Amino acid sequence: MTSQPADLRVIRARRSFSENAWRTLKTAPFTAWLGMIIILVYAIAALFAPWIAPFGESEIVGKQYLPPSAEFWFGTDQIGRDMFSRVIYGARNTIGIALATTLLSFIIGGTLGVLTALKRGWLDQTISRIVDAFLAIPVLIFALMLLAVFGKSVLLLILILALLDSTRVFRLARATALNVVVMDYVESARLRGEGTGWIIFKEILPNILPPMITEFGLRFCFVFLTISALSFLGVGIQPPTADWGSMVAESKTLITFGRAQPLIPAACIAILTVGVNFVVDWFLHKTSGLRE
Amino acid sequence: MHPVLRTVLQRLGLGLLTLFIVSIVIFMSLELLPGGFAEAILGQGATPETVAAFNKEIGLDRPAYVRYVEWIAGVVRGDFGSSYAGLGGSIKRSVTEMIAPRLYNTFFLAIVTAIFAVPLSLFLGVMAALYRNSFYDRTVNAVTLTTIAAPEFFIAYILMFIFAVKLRWFYPTSTVSESTGFVEHLYRAALPAITLTLVIVAHMMRMTRAAIINLLASPYIEMAQLKGIPNREVIMKHALPNAWAPIATVIAFNLAYLVVGVVVVEVVFVYPGIGQLMVDSVSSRDMPVVQACALIFAATYILLNLSADIVSIITNPRLLHPK
Amino acid sequence: MTETEQKLKQAAKLAGRGKISRREFTQLALASGLTLAAANTMFTTAARAEPKKGGTFKLGLAHGSTTDSMDPGLYYDQFTGTALWGTLANSLTEIDAAGNVVPDLAESFEPADGAKKWVFKLRKGVTFHNGKPVTADDVVASFMHHRGADSKSAAKSLLDPVTSIKADGAETVIFELTSGNADFPYIASDYHIPILPRKDDGTADWESGNRTGPYVLEKFEPGVSCTFNKNPNYFKSDKGWFDRVEFLAIKDVTARTNALNTGETQYLHRADLKTLDLLKQNPNVAIFEKTGYGHYIYVMNVTAKPFDNQDVRNAIKYSLDREEILAKVFSGYGSVGNDNPIAPTVKFAVDPQPRHVYDPEMAKSLLKKAGLESLSFDLSVSDAAFTGAVDAALLWKEKAKACNIDVNVIREPDDGYWDNVWLKKPFVASYWAGRPTCDWMFTTAYAADAAWNDTFWKNPRFNELLVAARAETDEAKRAAMYAEMQQLVHTDGGLVNVVFNNFVDAHAANLGHGETAANWPMDGMKITERWWFTS
Repeated sequence: MTSQPADLRVIRARRSFSENAWRTLKTAPFTAWLGMIIILVYAIAALFAPWIAPFGESEIVGKQYLPPSAEFWFGTDQIGRDMFSRVIYGARNTIGIALATTLLSFIIGGTLGVLTALKRGWLDQTISRIVDAFLAIPVLIFALMLLAVFGKSVLLLILILALLDSTRVFRLARATALNVVVMDYVESARLRGEGTGWIIFKEILPNILPPMITEFGLRFCFVFLTISALSFLGVGIQPPTADWGSMVAESKTLITFGRAQPLIPAACIAILTVGVNFVVDWFLHKTSGLRE
Repeated sequence: MHPVLRTVLQRLGLGLLTLFIVSIVIFMSLELLPGGFAEAILGQGATPETVAAFNKEIGLDRPAYVRYVEWIAGVVRGDFGSSYAGLGGSIKRSVTEMIAPRLYNTFFLAIVTAIFAVPLSLFLGVMAALYRNSFYDRTVNAVTLTTIAAPEFFIAYILMFIFAVKLRWFYPTSTVSESTGFVEHLYRAALPAITLTLVIVAHMMRMTRAAIINLLASPYIEMAQLKGIPNREVIMKHALPNAWAPIATVIAFNLAYLVVGVVVVEVVFVYPGIGQLMVDSVSSRDMPVVQACALIFAATYILLNLSADIVSIITNPRLLHPK
Repeated sequence: MTETEQKLKQAAKLAGRGKISRREFTQLALASGLTLAAANTMFTTAARAEPKKGGTFKLGLAHGSTTDSMDPGLYYDQFTGTALWGTLANSLTEIDAAGNVVPDLAESFEPADGAKKWVFKLRKGVTFHNGKPVTADDVVASFMHHRGADSKSAAKSLLDPVTSIKADGAETVIFELTSGNADFPYIASDYHIPILPRKDDGTADWESGNRTGPYVLEKFEPGVSCTFNKNPNYFKSDKGWFDRVEFLAIKDVTARTNALNTGETQYLHRADLKTLDLLKQNPNVAIFEKTGYGHYIYVMNVTAKPFDNQDVRNAIKYSLDREEILAKVFSGYGSVGNDNPIAPTVKFAVDPQPRHVYDPEMAKSLLKKAGLESLSFDLSVSDAAFTGAVDAALLWKEKAKACNIDVNVIREPDDGYWDNVWLKKPFVASYWAGRPTCDWMFTTAYAADAAWNDTFWKNPRFNELLVAARAETDEAKRAAMYAEMQQLVHTDGGLVNVVFNNFVDAHAANLGHGETAANWPMDGMKITERWWFTS
């Protein structure tokens, strides 16, 4: 655990991006590889769902709650649809919606958070007040109300969840950025007369990135879970669209009787989240500057 | 005036402003919702006649701003009004009376959970940072990842299945009433508390670990390490004190979550908390109750976030003694 | 004891828990040398094990809300109905297991003047929980509670045809109606109209919970629980067996199932149909299934195009596969509807012909008759109407393609469904809990001037018969009239009745009961009065 000699850093910076990426990947630990493979598999399932799935998304193919068999790998669900096909279609719907929501919320929340930490003053006060107000209203209940007012379409679900979630991103971005903006190098950059954009992207962003990336992984899972909780309360992604959260909710009573069916979509959520976080952890490790 | 004290007062003032904004947002959302209290209560059986009679009795026939001003005037005097449901006849169900037992239940569950979850997650997080990449670190990481990766109702059902259905150590439902004794209450709230602990420990623990590891690259830590100070001491004495800001923020998040975000766990375990009351009241458009719940949630958030910010200021001398 | 005898004894025990059918039991009994008659008697005794006093009966109900009120005019689901009416109170009359109206707090009732006047004599010696005797004045105040311009009671329109309610002495109440109604005693059985004590100012005291029923209210926490203790002075000595009754509002079906499975509750209201087979495997649990009056329906506005044409309406009625919907959406728990809103168990019910089944050829020929090659229409649905409304509509859409009919399923928001969609959009999903008489059901939803005439159907012959049948006291003539009316709704109306739903509940196997009533779930919502523990 020693500090990096200065000349090595210079050489590294001169490598081309692809070389650098390959070098980095080669040194990635097993868990990171596992995480990346998981994400890749999910991405393939999501992108090519109609070609991979043996049956249609809402096609009724057999009796209710059939056990797994050669024809129906994961059995059938409560109205006789093929679980395996629905799990694959679920990848497309659930990942797509959760990813879009998380990205949108980070764009909104991250930008505002860093900006307010840097500027402070009335801008900080105004945005913080509004965010506090929205933050203070529970996401689930507020989302429930808004979806009742504006209707339950996927686009609205993404917009509403992203807006509500961005308030949380904002808080963290602002809190971490606050610790950075009081650093001397930010001060000196300011004194040098650097523009706001330069300070944000060159000075602040690299330094708040590790917690923000950890947060991205976690928030991605949280969005997943919020969607499934909304489905659980009956206002999330609407049937017959396949979505892992509602699939768990639809068959949850089976758990009481020790049947494993609801575990399958829940495991899909769990495995992806674990995979994402393995990669996030590795990234956190890389950017923390520690060499072990 | 001491800067910390000034911040606190300033924040409390702004907190009131936040509460005001919240009450307007909630009131407007309720106004936008289709249907009113009478329609919600009467359902399919509503006739224009009965709805009108209902609205007249509750005062819903008056314009929205009049009702809002009346309500807020009452709140300023400490009177949260009466639930629409109790109006009529000689019995009025005051909102305070309706919320008090639910609030007690919610805080009971939140406090029990926090007492276990916060120290546990700090301990696990510091240990994970200390022995990072060890077998212990990877195990804790994998376990906590799994618990945040599964939907909370799923964890709840698994626990219910194992501990209530199979082993019969606990009740499957956590119904408590005002007459439930403390020990019985604790026993009944055990499964929901364990579920919530599993849900929030992961987030807090990972943030603790990340915040500390983030600092380990700082020159002053490297300096300390070069001086030959043992790893444990480096983390406890040098890294942790400077990591408090993000940790406190994440703890505040999760404590607030324990109060405002537990609707699903309440539903699964049939625990009569305030979240369920608010959802019920939203669907029946019982405005005074929804408003009161929203204000309580908002106040919880404001106070916890204020505490987190105070911790950030106190632990960062640059913020404590601004230039 | 021989092996057969031993088996028989065991079977008798099983019969007591409702675990063995009469046929299975009889076969065993015959094998052991008993006569058929003896076997039958033995089964009946075993199955209805003697009522026993005592025990705490805990019920997990799917209903219950924080806005629930003690005001009987506002009882609107089965939590308030079963706890605050069936357990706590009595009406003047009640509906028995055979669907007949029998006296409850009344001792007798007699029509006069062509059923325009009804004389109710009260039972003697009945007291409220606080010891005050029930008098005719209390009855008058209880009915007046639902009347008047300011009333928000659900029973208000029900009592509109009543012109005056008078006490005649302490034990007689006289009702006068605008026109003859032979079914008025049925109306007096409604759960919104329990008898309440009269206050000094002449109004009814609904707030205190002081009523006449088999159990005395201990504590009511709206949306959470409601607890009762036995009423030692209950006027029916052969009813109300439990020492204590506790209702729990458990909205989540999984939690409800767990509560029953682990023995925390003894009754599960609204079992999860999808996992019912698994629940049946628990030897301590019995399933309680009953076909009620409730029906899941789609209703079209017969004044709107294209539904203003009778052939189009009938083509639509032939375009859905009710059997498939019953099997797939409702797991077979119910019976298919035949576009008649009167349940088979209601008095005077008939099965109109020809039965409306899935028949693409018939549908196409009817469309042709209406001058159409194909048909397309919007169907507004939401699970707020009934659970499965969306799934059933989607199945319908698939099957209707073969009839050249395109059903465009529009999913409406659950919130405010009854407000913004029902009675507003031309073709919607709906639900009726059903009524115990033909007249009541028809007057509520099919009479030309009914507030809830959700098909906007105004058939002159039907409305003429409705008034005539109501005042007719000759049973045979009434039966003929009601048969004709049911046929009219079937052939001409805008009703697509998909299924009559079954109440599917489950309970601890050590609960005993007699024949159960079908007018409401949970033995007519009087389960706590009528059931008992066998062990």
